[in-house]
Formats: sequence, structure tokens, C-alpha cells
Amino acid sequence: MTRFEPVIGLEVHAELLTQSKMFCGCAVVDPTFAEPNSSVCEICTGMPGTLPVINQRAVEFALRVALALNCSIAETSVFARKNYFYPDLPKGFQISQYDLPLATNGWIEIQDASGAPSTKRVRIRRVHLEEDTGKLLHHEQHSLVDYNRSGVPLLEIVSEPDLLSVYQARQYSLALRSLLRYLEVNSGDLQKGVLRFEANVSVRPTGSEELGTRTEIKNLNSFRALSRAVEYEIDRQTALLRSGKPVVQNTVGWDEGRQVTVPQRSKEEAHDYRYLPEPDLPPLHVEAAWVDRVRAALPELPAAKRSRFMTEYGLSAYAAGVLTADRPVADYYEAAVESAVESENETLPLKIANWLSSDLFGLLNEADIEIDQSNVTSEALVRLVSMVENGRISAASGKTVLEVLFKEGGSPESIVEERGLAQLEDQASIRPIVDQVLSDNPDQLAEYLAGKAALSEWFLGQIMRATQGKADPAAARAELDAALLDLDEIQSSR
Amino acid sequence: MAELTDLSLLEAAGALRAGAISSTELTRACLDRIEAIDGDVSAFLTVTEDLAMAQAEAADQQLRTRSDTPRPFVLGIPIAIKDVLCVEGVPTTCGSKILEGFRPPYTATSVTRLVEAGAVILGMANTDEFAMGSSTENSGYGVSHNPWNLARVPGGSSGGSAAAVAARMCFAALGTDTGGSVRQPAAFCGVSGLKTSYGRVSRYGLIAYGSSLDTVGGMARNVADLAPIFSLMAGHDPLDSTSVADAVPEIHLNGADLSKLRIGVPKEYFIEGLQPEVETAVRAAIEAFREMGAAVREISLPHTDLALPVYYIIAPAEASANLARYDGVRYGPRLGPGLYPEDYFVTRGELFGAEVKRRIMLGTYALSAGYYDAYYGQAQKVRTLIKGDFEAAFQEVDLIACPVTPTTAFGIGAHGDDPLSMYLEDVFTLPANLAGIPGLSFPVGFDSEGLPIGMQFMAPHLGEAQLFSAAHAYQAATSWHTGWPEL
Amino acid sequence: MALTIEEVRAIARLARLQLTAEEEERFASQLSDVLDYAARLREVDTSEIPPTASVLPMSAPLRPDEVRPCLPREQLLASAPDSEGGLFRVPRVLELEP
Repeated sequence: MTRFEPVIGLEVHAELLTQSKMFCGCAVVDPTFAEPNSSVCEICTGMPGTLPVINQRAVEFALRVALALNCSIAETSVFARKNYFYPDLPKGFQISQYDLPLATNGWIEIQDASGAPSTKRVRIRRVHLEEDTGKLLHHEQHSLVDYNRSGVPLLEIVSEPDLLSVYQARQYSLALRSLLRYLEVNSGDLQKGVLRFEANVSVRPTGSEELGTRTEIKNLNSFRALSRAVEYEIDRQTALLRSGKPVVQNTVGWDEGRQVTVPQRSKEEAHDYRYLPEPDLPPLHVEAAWVDRVRAALPELPAAKRSRFMTEYGLSAYAAGVLTADRPVADYYEAAVESAVESENETLPLKIANWLSSDLFGLLNEADIEIDQSNVTSEALVRLVSMVENGRISAASGKTVLEVLFKEGGSPESIVEERGLAQLEDQASIRPIVDQVLSDNPDQLAEYLAGKAALSEWFLGQIMRATQGKADPAAARAELDAALLDLDEIQSSR
Repeated sequence: MAELTDLSLLEAAGALRAGAISSTELTRACLDRIEAIDGDVSAFLTVTEDLAMAQAEAADQQLRTRSDTPRPFVLGIPIAIKDVLCVEGVPTTCGSKILEGFRPPYTATSVTRLVEAGAVILGMANTDEFAMGSSTENSGYGVSHNPWNLARVPGGSSGGSAAAVAARMCFAALGTDTGGSVRQPAAFCGVSGLKTSYGRVSRYGLIAYGSSLDTVGGMARNVADLAPIFSLMAGHDPLDSTSVADAVPEIHLNGADLSKLRIGVPKEYFIEGLQPEVETAVRAAIEAFREMGAAVREISLPHTDLALPVYYIIAPAEASANLARYDGVRYGPRLGPGLYPEDYFVTRGELFGAEVKRRIMLGTYALSAGYYDAYYGQAQKVRTLIKGDFEAAFQEVDLIACPVTPTTAFGIGAHGDDPLSMYLEDVFTLPANLAGIPGLSFPVGFDSEGLPIGMQFMAPHLGEAQLFSAAHAYQAATSWHTGWPEL
Repeated sequence: MALTIEEVRAIARLARLQLTAEEEERFASQLSDVLDYAARLREVDTSEIPPTASVLPMSAPLRPDEVRPCLPREQLLASAPDSEGGLFRVPRVLELEP
């Protein structure tokens, strides 16, 4: 049977975090809180006689992204009118860029398969600026239009069809989100619709160089929808080709409820956007000096940070990936490592990484907050990890301390002090507890002495429980073994 | 003193400064004249009497207050605004039913600058719908008439503005010129009309027709009256990305040294179909310049005959996008069965007039898939050639002199339902718009039926000052501009 | 070149214009006349000529990213044919987003 492989290209629309809109001075507002039509003016509602003026910061943000994506920046780019009618589009055209976009020919590196250390370069075809549309709210008999979002700067990032699996499509979109957040141009908050995806999907016989007929999936607003929709479309197209039927080029939508793609219109019905150069905006010239300034001010990007974390701190590719996906997390981690620099313990960066990515992340997720909103300072985390590492408290106590820190803040040392969590290390303090446990459980002791050696593990558990985890496990084991040996000898000597 | 409305703008300004008259009196006189004769002329779509009287009183207040700084010439002067320039709170319709009831919450920059200098707004002047036309017959609110002969058109699309100035209902009027819409009606109505350089006057608040061609201009009874209007309106506006930052030159009306002036006369503008009386009058005016010392020579603008087809691709293409916003969602009436998208079709189909629909169709076609390169793309390239003609010519001459229109004002209904023949009326005015250069139309005679004949000067981009000084020198030596129609 | 009635209908559909049968006929012939006239453009050799989109030799000015007061909602909605609760009201939109 012929094997098929998918070929996927993604178009990502990212709203830019400017103060004001793309072409007017209205504030960019959070759609969750703003009253409808509260941040609009004659320009962004397309009233007659109004004209656009480009927001400098929107261009600057676009340059940041384009440079971070290794694109060539066009010295001259041109805005165009994309004509179509829809009630959320106030001018009857969208100002976008068409044949002369701001940036072209870039690339981004992504992980190419789950767990694989190798990376893959995905080519970026173009990056251009445009304006967002308003929003429609549908009711039974009518629809309502809110133009708050109309005119918000939007960056469109178009990849080449280089993605060869759902996994890669997902990695690519995650990598872009991470990049946009690093560059502080987009919040990455998908629930608020600030990042939206469209996928071009086709399948072809594995090994073939030609592209199959593609479909375009519109309006994908979450990573989950993106993965599911692409997967669905790959399966659907593969099944068609297997049964000898052709794939029809068309645009499809993703039905979240039914988890299927739904045809919207075929190639013949495709919109004729009748692009023309926007006569109200002269060409946009971007001077080389400006590009240089933006380039020089770029932060260290996720990929570079990831490899640095691996070499500098000895992290695994996975751990480095987790800690660099978000810039605040990476900054937090580096601050922690920085404050641990005096430690002799060379594995501390690794231990901090574990505590951060498993324990603290768990608490953050549970509380649904970001790392910079947490009570646990990077310095406190380091002191906590150090206490566990030098045996002052047990790992279990460490988790307790972290929970208290997370809830109430404060210093890890005083929490250990207040709650008496310091580890019982000296044999003198452990021995009485061992003796107590043995005398409290005569039946088990008798069985042990009769030859059931496995019960020593059970006794150890009882000792740890009796000390509420404070006993140093190695010290407890030594004391228990010594006590049992004593009893054994007594019995034998009888 | 003669009737107040017989004064020129500068004479009225002088009388106001001298305290001989008040703006209230002047404004009242204009309103009375509108009341008396606009029933015949139909120059105005809206008369803003209350606004005008309030502005006149404010102007009088200012005139009575001592001031050390020179007062603007327009302070207290009543003017008309073409109904395509937005005025806050005043119905602004573009002569279209699709904007019926629309009162913009903002004012066009050009108007704001005049109002801030103390001009008094009498009302909104009639226009061809969305400035598409050469006769003002395409208005959705009725035809305007030429004050020299009410059976003739006043020209267009700024026909209401030209008629209002010619009939002495106002001292000046703002118009807009996308393909000749200031210069042609000025010529038909025997007034002076300025088309400014593209980018010289802000387009903010000018309801767009062909955005790369649209300009704001003015009309007045003579060139000198136009100067303060121009000086105030011109200059950079941060709200218009195509507004140029260049300083606005001072206009020196007097003392022009015509002996240094080089005038080019393009042979392509004296063609078959040019009314002989128009050619005679224009050639006589050019001769007068020679007699005043100017060097006159024939030049060639070889791509002139392509200006018309280029214009009638580019302007409709831009218009088809500019007029897409009229969908009955945010402003204007909405018609139809209350269904989507049917309401879009019905609203636009019923409320746009025939000429507007024709140009939207033409532009839509020229931009559509498969035709863009042949029509719009090619038109843009030929536009480069036309612009190049002017650039080459202005290496040799300072001004270009030519007729404004092939004929004097034609009869209402003369072009019937033949759009192409109507489009041919614009052959001499379109090239300046395609090249973005300024043009000035001024009266140089009358035909045998007593209808005014205009001549046009064109200058290099941002060369308005040269237009003013040359045309003013002519008006200082002649009297074609001093007569007015009996009404 | 003559535009067919079908072509006129297709253009009118793109432009969202409802035309009467009589208008379709008339526009077909009138637009054909204009397009015939425009055909002379194609005879010009422009292979070496750049297009003119704007006569101005300038680059787009850039505005500082500053928030300016926007329009009070009453003023925005004042000219609307229909509104509800601060929103523009339109017939139920069935067609999916373009």
C-alpha cells in the first residue's frame, strides 16, 4: 500500500501589543473587559473622509519579529487594499501588504520529532503588517458589530510548506508564540484571540517531491484546535487518495463541537480581493540604521538560550526547552542560578531546574498564575533547594516548605524553624524512635525475627512516618539495621 | 456703496477691517441673496444659517477687539463648502442618497483652517454624486444651473461652488478637483478656480473619490481673492499621510516680472473639437502675456491623448474601493428585506446613482482577477509617461497655458445618457491630476452666447505661487473677471 | 470588446450592487464603450516603465504610538441606521468570515 505524508504550511496572525491602533490613536483594549465600541473613532470605523497614519511602534514590533525570524527586511514595502465586504470590515477593504511585504525569506528552528534532540529549520515566506477587523456577535435573528478590535495592528507570519507532521505544526506554532512573547510584542494569550492560525494542508505519496492539492483551514484559535484540525484534514485527504478520489482545493472551517472540518467555499467561489496599492499611504521606507538599532536591541532568543542552558548548566534538551519557552521563566531560572553561584555544589543548577519545572510549575498551574506573580522568589527557591541538598531537610519537607512559601511567602529557613522540619540526622535522636516503632509492633517484629526479612522496609516506612519525614533516610536505615541486628543476636544467643 | 454681495473678497475684508461693515451684515446679505435667487440656481444643498450667523457674530467680536497681529483676510467672510468636505454636525452628503442624514462628528482640515481664521460657513454646495461628473447633473438632490444661462450646466463636479461664487451668493467657495472638478466649473461660470498640487492641502475630511488624484481647491471672483484661501488651507497635516511637509510659499500678487516668465503652449491641447471661440480667446490671452513680456513657445506633451483612458481606469478603480464602505451598517440609510447580504445589494443598488454605479463597476472590473495587469497595472505605467511629459516640459518652461474645456457650458441634458462623450469634456484638465501638479483656471473671454471662456495655467508640483502671480498680472490688465451675470 | 450580461452580473455581484435588467443592458454597452476606448492603453510599450501609484516622492510618515481620545459612542452611533446596546445591529450574518 502507498504511504502518504502530509505537507503543512501555517499562517499565523498575531496582534501587536502597541498602545494605540495601527492607523489611528484609539487605544488597543482588552476585549474581555472593554465595553463594546468604547475604543473607536472615525478612522477605525471607516467614516467618510478619514485617512490612515502608520503607527511607528507597530512597524518596530514587526521588525523585531522579522529579524528574530532571520528575514530580509524590505527597504521599501507597500500597503495595499484588500477588498471584500463584511460587516466587521468598516472600510470595505482591509489595509494589508501584498506584493511588497515588510520582510521575506526567514527561518525558525523547531524540534522535529518528539523527544528527538535534532532540530529542523522551517522557512518563513513572509512577514507583513495589516489591521485587524471588528467582531460580530451572532444572535438568533440579527448580528451585532463591535469595532473595538478594528484597526488593531496585526502581524501575519507565513511559513513555507515545510511542516511534515502534526507534531511539527504544533512545535512551530509553540515556537512562534514563545518568540513573540520573548520579543514582548504579543501576550500569547490565545483565549483572547491575540494569536490565530490558518493551516494549508495537503498530502502526497511519501518520497514525492510534488505538492498535493491543498485545503486551507481557517480560524484556528487554539493549539488543540490546530492539531486536531490538521490531523483530521490529513486523515480525510489520505482516505480520499487511498480510495482513488481527488482532493478538491477549497477553504474549510474547523467545527469545534463536532471536531470535523467543514467546507466553506471552493476555488471557483474564492474571493477576488482586487488588491490595489493603498493610495492614502506612500510606500514605507525602513532605513538600514533603524533595522540595525532594532537588531542590536533584540533579546537573546529562545533557541540560543536553550543551547546555552544546555552547555552552561548541563540541562537536558528537554529541561532547557521547558525553561526557555517563556522568557519570565528563563529569567527566573537564571536569577536563581546566579544567586546560587557561591555554592560548591556543581549540580545545583540542575536541581534548581528540577524543582522549578516540576514542583513550582505544578503550583503555578494549579493556581493559574504566571511565575512573576508568585510569592516564591528565585532566591528563596535556591535556599530551599540548598537545604535539601545539604541534608538539612528532607525532600519531602522541602515540598512542604515550597507549598508554604507559595501560599504565604517568607523565608524558607524560618518556615523550617517554625514548623520543626529540620532533619533528624544524629543517631542519638533517631534511635529512640526506632526502638519505639519496634516495641509498638511486636507481631511484625516476631515475623521478622522468624525470617521475613522484607519487613525491614515496612519498619523504615513506620519510622519515617513517625518522624513526619524529618529523619534522614540513610541515618534511619543505619539505626534500624543496627537495632534489628541487636535483636537478632539476642534471639540467637538464647 | 454698491450691494454688499457685489464686493470682492478682499474689498469686503477691507471694509470689515475698516469697520465700515460688519460680518453680520455681510453674512445676512449673502443669506438674503441665497434666499432670493438660489431657487433658480440650486447651488446649495444645505444652508447653515444659524451656524453662519453665530460665526459672523464671533467674527464681529474679534473685529471689534484691538489686535496687534494682522487679521486673516477671511475673518468674517462668508464662504460656501462643497458638499464633499466634512463639516462637524452639518449634513455632508456628497450629493448622494447613500449619505442622507449623515452628520460627520469631525471637520475636514481644510475647512477647519478657514474656520479657525474666522471664515463664515454659509452652507454646503451641490456636487455631482461623490464628485463624479462634469455637470452637477449627477447629484442625487437635483441639478444646479449656470448663473450665466440657467439652461446650461455650471460644470462639475464642484458646480454648486462655482455657481454660488458666480451668482455672488458667497465670496469664495471650496471645491475639490480629481479630474478637473474645480477648474472646469470655474471656467463655465466665469470665476477663478485653483486646483492645488497633490499633497499641498490636507485631504483629511475630504470624502474620497480617487484618492491618488483628489485635491482640495478654491474658487473666487478673481485670483487675488483666492490667495488668502490657498495660504490658509495649504500646509502639512499629520492626519494625512500624503500631505507634504514643504513650507507654503508666500503669495506675491503684485510686481511679477513677466519678462522672466516662460510659457509653454502644448500643441496637443489645440485639437479638433475645440470650440473656435474658445481657441481664439485662449490664444488672445496667451498673446497678451507675450505683450506683457513673457516668452511664449509651443511645446509637446506627447502622451496627452492617453490621459483620458488612464484616468477612467485609475479613478474608478480607487473609487470602487473608496465607496465600498457605504453598506448601510454604520451610517446612511439601509434598504432591503432585512437579510444578509441582500441588504448590501439593495442599499447600494438603490441609493447610488447611475454614474456612481457605472464607475464602481468599471473600477471593480479593472482590478478583478485576470484584468488587473491589462487595465489598472497598465494605466499606472502610462501615468508615469504622462507625468514624465510634464517633468520634461517644465525643464523648458515655467508655466503651461491651455484651454480648460473644449467648449463653453453645455446645455443641461446635452450629453444624455452617453457617459463617454461626457468624459471627453475633461481631456484638458485630467492630465494635471495624473501628474499631481497645480492648475489655475481664470476667465479670458465670452463666446457669442455670452458664456464665459476659461484658460488654464499649469505649474510644476508645489508651484502655486507662480500661478498666482502670472494670473493676477493678467487680471490686473484685463477685465474679463469683473463682470457678473444678471440674476 | 463587448461585456456580456453575465460579466456585468459578475462584476455587480463583486461590487455588491443590485442592478435592474435594464441597467444590466445599459451598463454592458456603456462599459464596453469605455473599455474599448481604454484599449488604446495596451498599444503603449510600457515594458521598461515603472507604475505610478503616487505622484509624491515621499515615504509614509510614522506616527508615535500614542493614545488619543476616541469618539464618544453616542456620536459614533448617531448616524447608524440601527443599533442596540452600544453595538451596530445588522441582519443575521450567515456567511462565514471571508
